[in-house]
Amino acid sequence: MAEFTLPKNSQITPGKVWPKPAAAKKLTEFRIYRWNPDDGRNPRIDTYYVDREDCGPMVLDGLIYIKNKIDPTLTFRRSCREGVCGSCAMNIGGTNTLACTKGMDEVLVKGVVNVYPLPHMAVVKDLVPDLTHFYAQHASIEPWLQTDSAPPEKEWRQSKEDREKLDGLYECILCACCSTSCPSYWWNGDRYLGPAVLLQATRWLKDSRDERTGSRLDNLEDPFRLYRCHTIMNCAQACPKSLNPAKAIAEVKKMMVERHV
Amino acid sequence: MADSPSRVERPLSPHLQIYRPLFTMVMSIVHRITGIGLYFGMVLFVWWLLAAASTPSAFATYSSLAGSFIGLLVLFGFTWAMLHHAFGGVRHFIWDFIHGFGPQERMLLTQVSLAGSVALTVVLWIIALAVKG
Repeated sequence: MAEFTLPKNSQITPGKVWPKPAAAKKLTEFRIYRWNPDDGRNPRIDTYYVDREDCGPMVLDGLIYIKNKIDPTLTFRRSCREGVCGSCAMNIGGTNTLACTKGMDEVLVKGVVNVYPLPHMAVVKDLVPDLTHFYAQHASIEPWLQTDSAPPEKEWRQSKEDREKLDGLYECILCACCSTSCPSYWWNGDRYLGPAVLLQATRWLKDSRDERTGSRLDNLEDPFRLYRCHTIMNCAQACPKSLNPAKAIAEVKKMMVERHV
Repeated sequence: MADSPSRVERPLSPHLQIYRPLFTMVMSIVHRITGIGLYFGMVLFVWWLLAAASTPSAFATYSSLAGSFIGLLVLFGFTWAMLHHAFGGVRHFIWDFIHGFGPQERMLLTQVSLAGSVALTVVLWIIALAVKG
């Protein structure tokens, strides 16, 4: 049964308001989810002020400003700063996205940048969610080329047309924005694979070189693993790469029907 | 390891509490709620059939209750829930054929199903009340 409220240890308490940087002319307010595994307290929301004349335009720039100049204990993942690695996925201004490709001014809610970790995940610290289960689900669909025929002398060939069938699927960076935006994944994430993993499953189902389409479909044919998708579309709305997991899942459902008729 | 710290109980990050209600998401929730509502509507429908099949006094009781302001309101809600769920069903049917997944198309489909259900409910009730006189 879906749990709509947060457990006791997860309920958010008011946090600290950090001092404004001195002599700053243009400030942007950040309210950020904080949780420290070592102090035994509930999560809280801390308020920070970012000096916009001393900071880049993106939300990630703001977070780095805060970490460097105000509060070095603020914890978050980041790496490429250009939307390729997927590390800085978080909930910003009420939707999941990458902090590095989202401008602060795009996400203001009443003048404030609200930042939370990806929704309905176990929190490791502050904005860092535990993605262990998400990665295990990805591994469960065996995301690699599987063949039965004898390997070719060089590489497995693919026509341009067949290669194009992977467009919109292969670009996924596994940031988990989509999966953690999905209410169905919130309530059934233990058994439902979620949009990101199902998009990857589709990527291998559609690969002309792969020879295990049947067993891949067998693995997905399950009331929970695949069919917990109810076309809510939050995934497609959230994807920072503008991919469409909802559509990919619909295509898998169609493949299921087609192989039975 | 003997001296490793005890496992911390990690909090669950907020979800419904903080997620911006997106239109397609809200409509998906409404689709569910109307679906559940239809179960209760069916009870009313069966009550009507049973009342009609039993005694005139039972039917009179049903009629006076259903004809009251609150009764009409419930029936109006039932009509809308049924039509809304039906329109939602058509929307999902279209999606099952891999159409209407684009950002604008999915919004349009969802808006049309909401507007359609409200409009058709109103039209049906205007006709019903006119026929009843």
